[in-house]
Amino acid sequence: MNTTSSAHRRSRWLLIQTMAVFAFLYLPILVLIVYSFNGESVGGFPPRGWTLRWYRILMDDDALWSAVGNSLLVALAAMLLALAFGLPAALALDRASFPGKAVFRRLVLLPLILPGIITGLSLLMLFVTAGMKLSLLTIALGHGTALISVATTEIFAGLQKMDRAQEEASLDLGATNWQTFWRITIPNLRLAIIGAGLLIFTLSMDEIAVSFFLIGRDNTLPLEIWSRLRRGITPEINAVSTIIFLFSLVMILVWYRVRTRRGEELAELVPLKP
Amino acid sequence: MYSRAYKTAVAAPPLAWVAVFLLAPYAFLFCYSFWTVSQQVIVHHWNLANYRQLLDNAMYPTVLLRSMRIAGSVTLLSLLLSFPLAYYLSFRSRRKELLYQLVIIPLWVSYLVRAYAWKTILGSDGVLNTLLQYVGVIEHPAEFLLYSPFAVVLTLTHIYTPFTFLPIYASMEHIPRNLVEAAQDLGAAPMRTFWTVIFPLSLPGALAGATFAFVLSLGDFLAPLLIGGPSGIMISNVVVSLFGAAYNWPLGAAISASLLLLVLALLFLVERIEKKLSFS
Repeated sequence: MNTTSSAHRRSRWLLIQTMAVFAFLYLPILVLIVYSFNGESVGGFPPRGWTLRWYRILMDDDALWSAVGNSLLVALAAMLLALAFGLPAALALDRASFPGKAVFRRLVLLPLILPGIITGLSLLMLFVTAGMKLSLLTIALGHGTALISVATTEIFAGLQKMDRAQEEASLDLGATNWQTFWRITIPNLRLAIIGAGLLIFTLSMDEIAVSFFLIGRDNTLPLEIWSRLRRGITPEINAVSTIIFLFSLVMILVWYRVRTRRGEELAELVPLKP
Repeated sequence: MYSRAYKTAVAAPPLAWVAVFLLAPYAFLFCYSFWTVSQQVIVHHWNLANYRQLLDNAMYPTVLLRSMRIAGSVTLLSLLLSFPLAYYLSFRSRRKELLYQLVIIPLWVSYLVRAYAWKTILGSDGVLNTLLQYVGVIEHPAEFLLYSPFAVVLTLTHIYTPFTFLPIYASMEHIPRNLVEAAQDLGAAPMRTFWTVIFPLSLPGALAGATFAFVLSLGDFLAPLLIGGPSGIMISNVVVSLFGAAYNWPLGAAISASLLLLVLALLFLVERIEKKLSFS
């Protein structure tokens, strides 16, 4: 029938479109991985001669490895800071009422939507005014502050899914607020907190716009990569990016395990008939 | 239910931290924008000279307009790419969990690295040009690909498409399936069902995604520096140079403060539209 065949055409068209979008999303990643093994240092087509040279150069690159160390340190500090303030912020938004609560909510979430340059510059002015020397510490403070937004939203979402009756029962049975906090609230939020922590860690590892303005003498990994990219095409960047990509994939799998263990059931959806 | 002490204990620390490390810095940005530089020293003399300069010197409005054009193109392209993708995943696919993860994975690849990958592809001796020469489509490398606003739009679209996809997909997943079935049972063709049921209900998600793509690409300065060339300079690049070699923090602060106000106005507007959409 006429309508059926046009519906078929449309759904084939939709499938082609979907595949094209996926191709667009994955083309640069594919290029990156392929050219990290390319024998020549310029990225011409076709790639010539497979080599592990760029990976070997990478292994001996002390500046790069110390930047990796710096980034790990900053990410860890930023994660602890963001969680330390994001958890009480989520609890406050959920169960306390205070003047200026609406403004507070917007302000906490602002760094999430604001271009990094504005947050970076504003913090730079604060640190300069306070007479603080720029270092890894200022970067960690910047990342931590900006990422309180992520901790707050993730933990707030966890609170919305939580079974309130447990907390109420605990309080009714005479437990103090703090006993309830440590024995009921925290264990229930455990997975939301771990998830938020992983996300913050990864975002901090990749952050560059805020770091750009708060950098002291020591580079983080993205800033080290940035300074090399500005000098031109450097194939060992392909190699380090491939490693970071594989590392990210492992992180996704870990995150996936955490989420499925939380027992989130996939929504049972009725497949639509075409 | 909770004691006053508990509420104070959870509210006070984040309030204090946010006041010192977010509110105060944003306030500093505005303070600096009213100060001036004289002989390489910042003078705390309050005036509107920086803002007057922004309006008088044609360069600043031109660059801002270009940035908005680039951000607008990125937003439009991201919507065009992510809308059909979200529709396919949410309503047509049997492996939506897997495909969803496939959309998310590029988000975990470093921003810089993705921008750099486009540089490898678009450069004059890059993958695309040498491929086209290899198969004989062109004889000489096309130079316009890299170091142009086009390269910036392409790269930023690549980066923000997954971000635009996420809220659209989420709002499509929240559409009650019985609404869609009702439309079909009443004889609506798939296209009609899409335009009268699915499209209007996914608009709030599209609005959220579009806001995200527009605001974040408007303030970007890394992609223009890496692949934009002189014709791809955006407003944040001007700020970066004012805070660097040009050393005029107050003028840079005035541009950033204007950008901040622009973004806040946009967010306010979006919130109003969102409320209207969810009531109708």
